[in-house]
Amino acid sequence: MTNRFEIAGVPLASRFLLGTAGYPNPQLLADAVKASQTQLLTVGLKRSMQEKAGDNGFVAMALAAARAQGARLLPNTAGCRSAGEAVQLACMARELYDTHWIKLEVTGDEHTLQPDPFELLAATSELVKLGFAVLPYCTDDLVLCRRLLDAGCAVLMPWGAPIGSGQGLLNPWALRTLRERLPEAVLIVDAGLGAPSHAAQAMELGYDAVLLNSAVAQARDPVRMACAFRDAVRAGRQAYLAGLMPAQDFAVPSTPVSGHAFILS
Amino acid sequence: MNIQILIDELPCELPAGSNLAALLALLQRAPHSVATAVNGQFVAREARPGTVLAEGDRVLLFKPIVGG
Repeated sequence: MTNRFEIAGVPLASRFLLGTAGYPNPQLLADAVKASQTQLLTVGLKRSMQEKAGDNGFVAMALAAARAQGARLLPNTAGCRSAGEAVQLACMARELYDTHWIKLEVTGDEHTLQPDPFELLAATSELVKLGFAVLPYCTDDLVLCRRLLDAGCAVLMPWGAPIGSGQGLLNPWALRTLRERLPEAVLIVDAGLGAPSHAAQAMELGYDAVLLNSAVAQARDPVRMACAFRDAVRAGRQAYLAGLMPAQDFAVPSTPVSGHAFILS
Repeated sequence: MNIQILIDELPCELPAGSNLAALLALLQRAPHSVATAVNGQFVAREARPGTVLAEGDRVLLFKPIVGG
């Protein structure tokens, strides 16, 4: 079993992908990035006339942290509601960030921020034609995931739970099924992870990596939490490679005594 | 003669015949600081000088932000 991790043919030393939004200040963002040892940082785009004020240096610090870390940038299409919008925004992201990697997000429901499977698929087909490496944020639906791979996605990024909810893996069965049915695909759990144990669980299922943001950014101590997730991802991967023992309904004695330890009567 | 366009939904008056590169200069935006779209279609940096704006055009400017 190989321990190599690649996205679109590019080897990455870390299986912990980190978002850059919502940190208390730019320095904590940079420190958390450094502590995470991530090699892939997500970023976004927004209309530039919407706010006159600057961003207090967050973007500059994120870009500097990526450079210092040797990390790649992964721009997203957050806020898009249709394939057409997402394709246009992806083109803008490619120009602004000088990368053809795109985290494809197309929202289908405002309440859950659930990805729209139909628009995702349509956008993927177009973006692949335009030369993008597409990393779709998708649901854990097996048929959708197969169609996305067929359309040329570089990896799949099914949700663990709704974005920012911190609920962990709501449907481990579906995620396990995806892993079993798509053994060759690069699978990354994206969104909904709230605790390092959630990340470890995803990695123990055989997922290739995890992507998260809020759980680190909103921690009381984001730097320490970045360390915790970094270690949990490594632990989960090691456990997967080592092979988890099968769960059983009944106790099985671990100490190899036979019969009773003492015969007192 | 002037034309009226919308920049991020805000009205803006420009001399007729202005192109997208000239608009960015007028707004004092460095060419590499934003990505542009006209009427919902991405306009690449190198295509801005040749993109002449017309009455009612909707221009969007996008900038980098942090994201998840």
